[in-house]
Amino acid sequence: MAETTLSTQRAGRKPRFLLADNASVLIFMGLLALFTLGVTVLSEGFGIGVISTSFVKTLGKTLCLCLVALAMDLVWGYCGILSLGHMAFFGLGGYAIGMWLMYARTEIIVTESLAAAALPPTPQEISDGIAAQIFGVVGASEFPPIWAFAHSLPLQLAAVVLVPGLLALVFGWLAFRSRVTGVYLSILTQAMTLALSLYLFQNDSGLRGNNGLSGLQNLPGLGDVPQSTVSLWFFWASALALGLGYLLCVRVVSGKFGSVIRAIRDDESRARFLGYPVEGYKLFIFTLTAILAGIAGALYYPQAGIINPAEIAPIASIYLAVWVAIGGRGRLYGAVIGAAFVSLLSTWFTGGQAPDVSLGFYTIQWVDWWTVLLGLSFVAVTLFAPKGIGGLFDLIADRRHQDRHGADLGPEPGALREKESQV
Amino acid sequence: MSTLLEVSGVSVSFDGFRAINNLTFQIAEREMRAVIGPNGAGKTTFMDIVTGKTRPDAGQVLWGEKSQSLLRMSESRIAQAGIGRKFQRPTVFEDQTVAENLMLALKKKRGPLAVLRFRASAEDRERVEQLAGEIGLNAALHRKSGELSHGQKQWLEIGMLLAQEPRLLLVDEPAAGMTAAEREHTTALLVEAAKTRAVVVIEHDMEFVRRLNCKVTVLHEGSVLAEGSIDHVTSDEKVIEVYLGR
Repeated sequence: MAETTLSTQRAGRKPRFLLADNASVLIFMGLLALFTLGVTVLSEGFGIGVISTSFVKTLGKTLCLCLVALAMDLVWGYCGILSLGHMAFFGLGGYAIGMWLMYARTEIIVTESLAAAALPPTPQEISDGIAAQIFGVVGASEFPPIWAFAHSLPLQLAAVVLVPGLLALVFGWLAFRSRVTGVYLSILTQAMTLALSLYLFQNDSGLRGNNGLSGLQNLPGLGDVPQSTVSLWFFWASALALGLGYLLCVRVVSGKFGSVIRAIRDDESRARFLGYPVEGYKLFIFTLTAILAGIAGALYYPQAGIINPAEIAPIASIYLAVWVAIGGRGRLYGAVIGAAFVSLLSTWFTGGQAPDVSLGFYTIQWVDWWTVLLGLSFVAVTLFAPKGIGGLFDLIADRRHQDRHGADLGPEPGALREKESQV
Repeated sequence: MSTLLEVSGVSVSFDGFRAINNLTFQIAEREMRAVIGPNGAGKTTFMDIVTGKTRPDAGQVLWGEKSQSLLRMSESRIAQAGIGRKFQRPTVFEDQTVAENLMLALKKKRGPLAVLRFRASAEDRERVEQLAGEIGLNAALHRKSGELSHGQKQWLEIGMLLAQEPRLLLVDEPAAGMTAAEREHTTALLVEAAKTRAVVVIEHDMEFVRRLNCKVTVLHEGSVLAEGSIDHVTSDEKVIEVYLGR
């Protein structure tokens, strides 16, 4: 009897999702390649010079923000961990590479200035000279212990991955093991970010307090290479990192692993009763995305030229969540679109290019009002378009499903309700 | 038949309320058992204890030939050891297809790295299709499980439990909200499952329990009130007083 009721049901849909996903990956890669090529052709360094060097840097930085947004989407959109601390990992990556950039460039300057002396300088004199140069602003003249490896590019590159990775591993292990979830975990990640940024603001933190690290746009030993060229090198590296990061994320979220993390997002305890060690998965994703954020930061700050503790402030991580929400969480291209769209728009509004709106009695200046607009659009997206900008693609692809997610279907009176669900 | 699960002297209280009071319960391999009792008798808490969700204040829960204590194991380890649980409300992953849900449940390595390397073989896919057939969801294999009817979700969850290949199946009110036809199918599924493993069914509905045709344990105020065949327990004075005659 049961079989007859079931056989009346419409035949199952073909599994189009996999194909659609693969298509979206191809389209994304194609667009990224075209974009990279286009910017190169239009740039000052290698092309016809329509796009200024500073705008190439803005675009390169945007690509890095897209990469960290991907990481945020993986951890939040797919695994359900609303981390409000991923920009701290981003900043740590920036600091790690910034230390080498600053050290190596100062070393060259100091060596040159000491070369004029009658006696050749000892290594100690050079080291003291570098320390005095770098730490003069915070009234110190000795290297703090954390600068022990700053002379070595490979070691600082390793730190780009290891410092955010280890911090996320330890923090995540403590938090997930205690089963801290939901809003409490978000608060905890905010607290971590705040603590880190307050610590870095101190002059004796070893990272030059609120001065931060500067001059990062100058590559040591490549002083002759114009910024128009360097900016493109970083632009290409950022595009490559975004492309590889995208492929990595696709690999993680497709297949059974993706299925498990989405299961954890939707019903953690059910996943546990299926035998999945939920904490292990969360820790894996949290750490992996922290590493991705660190790499994105290491590419971002040499293009920005300066990093200071304000970059790690809690608000930065909240912006990150807003980008992903506006772009559409739970789909990778959504995060990229959100980050690119909102951060470029933000650059436009806060850069003074947006025309003021005169209301007669009051003039709206976008530099001040942009955050209000952003906040309102975040609320609007959350309320009216939870799928974000990415949801528009569903309309085009007509992949809508009747959404009964979370609906209380109630066990009680009747039971056979599949008719309702047939669109 | 050897004992598969042995619960002895287990007590647990929540804010002074004794949900389980010195409960002792045994189940053998390949046995079907129904657990009945009025609301608040501790049926669901009993399941929570066995699956590791709730830690008892006192008592022992021993598992398998080696009499392993389940009390120190995490939920996921207990599940891997071979205890599957079906919740009262159907809990399937609604955002994923029926096939994905079944594939998640299939008995495979559960660690993150093993899962990252996992590729479904033709055998795995066949097994998923076969399971979908058993629970009557073959045609819905690629539909999102959120679109299924209530009864179909219940079956999918039972299918997921079967895919786990547990040695002990704990089923909480499987027939709630089902039509007569759906109940019949569910009974058949459970009886079939009990041929190869132990099945504990928690149920309110006496008719459903009668159809399972198995030994019945009556819980009341957190401990066992009576045990035996359905006819035996339904004629028991105490049972009639607390449960049937209310």
